[in-house]
Amino acid sequence: MISLGHYLTLGAILFALSIVGIFLNRKNLIVLLMAIELMLLAVNMNFVAFSHYLGDMQGQIFVFFILTVAAAESAIGLAILVLLFRNRASINVDELNSLKG
Amino acid sequence: MNVQSAFFYLFSAILLFAAFRVITARNPVHAALYLVLAFFQASGIWMLLRAEFLSISLVLVYIGAVMVLFLFVVMMLDINLDLLRQGFWNHFPLAATLGAVVALELAAVVMTGFRVYTPQPVPTDLSNTHALGIVLYTEYLYPVQIAAVILLVALIAAIALTLRERKDSKAQNPADQVRVRAQDRVSLVKMDPVKPTPAPEAAPEEKQP
Repeated sequence: MISLGHYLTLGAILFALSIVGIFLNRKNLIVLLMAIELMLLAVNMNFVAFSHYLGDMQGQIFVFFILTVAAAESAIGLAILVLLFRNRASINVDELNSLKG
Repeated sequence: MNVQSAFFYLFSAILLFAAFRVITARNPVHAALYLVLAFFQASGIWMLLRAEFLSISLVLVYIGAVMVLFLFVVMMLDINLDLLRQGFWNHFPLAATLGAVVALELAAVVMTGFRVYTPQPVPTDLSNTHALGIVLYTEYLYPVQIAAVILLVALIAAIALTLRERKDSKAQNPADQVRVRAQDRVSLVKMDPVKPTPAPEAAPEEKQP
């Protein structure tokens, strides 16, 4: 039988994989955005699993809102990416040092 | 092992494989396609958890819109891959150790703490979509409107960021077109209908040096 712990473990492994992805793809902005999507998917997985096993609809409502915000985030992120590529002809994160922060 | 467990392990295996390929794929187009595969598997797992509405909307909205947007942007940009892949595997041992530690710790906590095998029944006999809709449009009406405003802001921001004025575009300005008057465009010049031809001047004789 599959317990709640199995689903939460799946979410945890997915989350750890996306952390590794952010670590490895430090230079590639597109894959960074994709790793963030994976992270949100892991969180959504936990929410849906809890919602099912605790018999509460609120978890699925939360997933709904997380999906909305994730869609808005990726749309703005990709717009910034396009703008960046237009100005610098590269999406290398190392070259984003105009602010000298 | 019943059918549900088998499907859970199948979907999880493909999901984790696809996620691994997303973060290691050389070509960003392949990474986006593997991300689509990962979302499909997640949708299957949500179907096992009886969240039908979210499962279907993940496929229709998320894969259909957001991932296609990703693919579109990836294909639009002409990326120099070799520069971005420089030193990719340098930090892999550290990253793998970190990821393994995070995964093992989280798994240890959740596998011991949440041994819930029998799901609580949802206290309604409505379908998932029906129950979700009732909660969403009564208790969460205000957050739904805020979410709509967030989407509107994202829409306007994305357009405002990427819109650019071309200098050579021949766009019309309706305000200027309405405000134009006839005397700005046409000027009538009063002149005689017939002009007397001027007497031809005597051609100047060329002086021989």
